[in-house]
Amino acid sequence: MIIELITYLTRFFLILMFQLLVINNIELSTYINPYIYIVFILTLPVSMKPWKVVLISFFVGMIMDTFSSTPGLHMAASVFMGYIRNFYLKFATSKEDYESNIKPTLSRKGLVWFLVYAVILTFLHHMVLFYLEVYGFTEFFRTLTRILFSTAFSVLLITIGQLLFYRVAKGARNE
Amino acid sequence: MRNLIFFLYKYYTFILFFSLELFSFIILYQYNNYQRASFLNYTGSVASGFYQTINNTTNYFSLRNINDSLMAENARLRAQMINAYYQSGFAQTSINDTVYKQQYSYISANVVNNSVTKRNNYITIDKGSLAGIKSDMGVIGSNGVVGIVTSVSAHYATIRSALNSNTKISCMLKKNNAFGSLEWNGDDPKFSSLKYVNKHVPITGNDEVVTSNYSTLFPEGIPVGKIYSHTLDAGDNFHLIKVELYTNFAMLKNVYVIRNIFKEEQQSLEGALKSDH
Repeated sequence: MIIELITYLTRFFLILMFQLLVINNIELSTYINPYIYIVFILTLPVSMKPWKVVLISFFVGMIMDTFSSTPGLHMAASVFMGYIRNFYLKFATSKEDYESNIKPTLSRKGLVWFLVYAVILTFLHHMVLFYLEVYGFTEFFRTLTRILFSTAFSVLLITIGQLLFYRVAKGARNE
Repeated sequence: MRNLIFFLYKYYTFILFFSLELFSFIILYQYNNYQRASFLNYTGSVASGFYQTINNTTNYFSLRNINDSLMAENARLRAQMINAYYQSGFAQTSINDTVYKQQYSYISANVVNNSVTKRNNYITIDKGSLAGIKSDMGVIGSNGVVGIVTSVSAHYATIRSALNSNTKISCMLKKNNAFGSLEWNGDDPKFSSLKYVNKHVPITGNDEVVTSNYSTLFPEGIPVGKIYSHTLDAGDNFHLIKVELYTNFAMLKNVYVIRNIFKEEQQSLEGALKSDH
């Protein structure tokens, strides 16, 4: 239990550092703002209780808000995504997945399944985040373009991350 | 009663989701509508300390650029010093201290965190209330206008950059003093737009845009940028002006916070003023 907690905290710390120190400094264009920290919420175990996921999402969003001086913005988007995730998983995973307590990662569920899962949830997260950041629908289509480009980049980075780290972990953990 | 408990038990995830979401929206709403900086005052020092540590390391990689921009600024300031001018007349004037009274003082600071690609960009600097910085002070860089201070902790301050949908800076054209408002449309960090310039005002390309004397945040005539393109649609009352900003926000390292010593006096005379004008 303690070891599990430490693993989660370490993973969250590394993802957060990558987001803050690398991704946030790339600044390619105003249309591309990837947020990859949500991969932490995406890869929580399938059978984790929904209220725990929502609460974890809340704290993840709060930490992101602290470091980007945007009160409530990441919080609202992450909580929304964490809540929708439960419904999506209920619909897209089998009973065995629930019972064997797997993580919905690329190596466990395959590339296509993971891409669909990541695209849908990342899009929802980015939609809430970007429209709340603009604080209204006055620039509807410009914001939508930003959402689409950023979603594409976030999913690309998340998938690369999955390919880099989870292949190794699969063999090592002998699951 | 039993039904209520059953209801709560059945929908506890939804209730948790709803209350957390509501909480987020409330602080977001307060922050956007009333510019309440209290959230940042509590959390800001943690985040700023973190960015300061990172910045202490990364600053070494850009020392050459920082030195170059400071040397360029020094050269420009030296050119304005009295001993750079040749004295052409012999009339003696005694300087009377009561004629000129200092209105603006400048506090220099280093940028510790910055972004340019978001819709609402913020800058964190390493000086705070201990250095005399308060919220709603203007901030300039060595080339031009940077933004407005929003919240201050003891050692750090957050600046609403000119690249932010909530920042409106009162500006004018240098050649004919026509007023306008500088607002960023979120497209390109190198350009901003000057709004509400009346259609009767003649405009040519490369006209210089400077801060106006209506603002209590900036001294009159601080450079902002130059006109990149301008159009006037038939039936519109205002020009559509694209301004090329002098400040390179992506490379920003040193800024000056402006303290207007007469600001309270002017504002109390004019009544409650909006912070941005």
